[in-house]
Amino acid sequence: MSPFLEPPDASMPAVSRGAAEGKSSPSASEGRSPSTAEIALSTKANTKMHAEKLSAYFGKSQVLKGIALPILEKKVTAIIGPSGCGKSTFIRCLNRMHEVVPNAHVSGEVTLDGLNVYGRDIDPVRLRRRVGMVFQKPNPFPTMSIRDNVLAGLRLNGMRVDDAESRVERALHQVALWDEVKDGLDRAGTSLSGGQQQRLCIARSLAMEPEVILMDEPCSALDPIATARVEELIHELRADYTIVIVTHNMQQAARVANYTAFFYLGEVVEFGKTDAIFTHPTQRRTEDYITGRFG
Amino acid sequence: MSLSGERHALRKFTDRAFSASCVLATIIALVPLFGILYYVAARGIQGINLDFFTQLPKPVGETGGGMANAIVGTLKLVGLASVMGIPPGVLAGVYLAEFGQTRTGSVVRFSADVLSGIPSITVGIFVYSLVVLASKTFSAFAGALALAVIMLPTVTRTTEELLRLVPESLREAALGLGVPKWRATLRVMLRTAAPGIAVGIMLAVARVAGETAPLLFTAFSNRFWSDSWNEPTASLPVQIYTYAVSPFEDWHRQAWAAALVLVSLVLILNIAARVLVRNRVKK
Repeated sequence: MSPFLEPPDASMPAVSRGAAEGKSSPSASEGRSPSTAEIALSTKANTKMHAEKLSAYFGKSQVLKGIALPILEKKVTAIIGPSGCGKSTFIRCLNRMHEVVPNAHVSGEVTLDGLNVYGRDIDPVRLRRRVGMVFQKPNPFPTMSIRDNVLAGLRLNGMRVDDAESRVERALHQVALWDEVKDGLDRAGTSLSGGQQQRLCIARSLAMEPEVILMDEPCSALDPIATARVEELIHELRADYTIVIVTHNMQQAARVANYTAFFYLGEVVEFGKTDAIFTHPTQRRTEDYITGRFG
Repeated sequence: MSLSGERHALRKFTDRAFSASCVLATIIALVPLFGILYYVAARGIQGINLDFFTQLPKPVGETGGGMANAIVGTLKLVGLASVMGIPPGVLAGVYLAEFGQTRTGSVVRFSADVLSGIPSITVGIFVYSLVVLASKTFSAFAGALALAVIMLPTVTRTTEELLRLVPESLREAALGLGVPKWRATLRVMLRTAAPGIAVGIMLAVARVAGETAPLLFTAFSNRFWSDSWNEPTASLPVQIYTYAVSPFEDWHRQAWAAALVLVSLVLILNIAARVLVRNRVKK
């Protein structure tokens, strides 16, 4: 049995690297953000995924520098930080999409239910069916109808879909798109508006019945109304799914996330409950960022 | 500062002059196309009748007869060439688009470019020595092979170029859904690029449909029906050549008719490809 099946114990390194190094906080041991174990205990949430000493590279340039971060089950974790700090790279490491890019590679460990997803016998294709992904720009398949887009994951994998109609309806209901498209399921997925397309893409992920959904700035290409709808949707989804959302928008992180991690230059500066991060950040750099002093 | 001036007049003049020369150049480019179409249609229509499509050529000296065997022969040659040339061409294109950033990729790409520049008669000689000499007979198979070799580089490069135009985000979408790479390539990338690739393939097919030189010593010609793929086979281009250089008035007329049929065939292929694509896009 893998040691990662057990809840992480107190010997786990503190997730706040900056704090552990005592860079800016005078009482590093007291003032640092809670460790993985403390969070897990205080919320009774299980650790669904866990990154440990995770480093990611594009060729020779290192983008992530030894990330340690828990992703708690059925919670929303927001990743914030300035451009180029490795937020997107981090979530792409969680479902092994990072390595799809030529010359990109990863070291360290990411666990899903305690199992190292970078283990030798892990098939990244199967992993991605459990850890779904929504991208920055809506990317429905242009050759498919709305219905086929929802079923794309199943169909493209050659799975037989017996209950196609009910699956489509359920997934589109989940993303609150059903009423808008039910009369035109045969229209092209790309004929929808941007916000609808993004919800269609979320429905497409949901139809695969993943356990974790990674969202890479899902609202950055959407207008405020469409953004609000996607945020509402995230609120509803977190009852059943573990969600990780990368966002540039700090208000959005504050609105949707239970936990927030602040990334800076490829490191986790601070991780904790969202309201704690936004009201009492323990790190100078976090405070500077969320108050708009840089970034 | 004044908002008008002599420079303004000059600029306006330059603009008009440039627009006019563009229009002129377009007309010059279109004249040969419509010239050929008109001339072929005007001359060819005189030789077109039901016999032309249903009868075999008459022996020398007799008037009448048709080119039914050559029409069918061309369809057979082009059809078999497509079967032999399109699948490897598309697959090679996929290889270049997906894995082409390697040394092997550049070698393959360079070879394809060189191959597309080789005179078609050279391909004919190549197939002649490879197939015709070995099998001791001219054949539809040899002719189709020569045409397939000519199609190959065009199909390969078209497929590669069009696959590169498909946004990478679609591949990521598929991979993110837990679709294996080969399925993502086949059913998302290739499927999305399919309409464009179809047009490219049609152009390649249309091009080889009119090739004469590589058929002269591969498929050769035949005054009669060819019953198998393994005997000399008549084709429209070769028949046009044979009839056009003959001294007989009636054969000249039939050569024009054959040219008209060939041009129509190519036009139909082109238009069919475009209609196909437009319908796809509309959906």
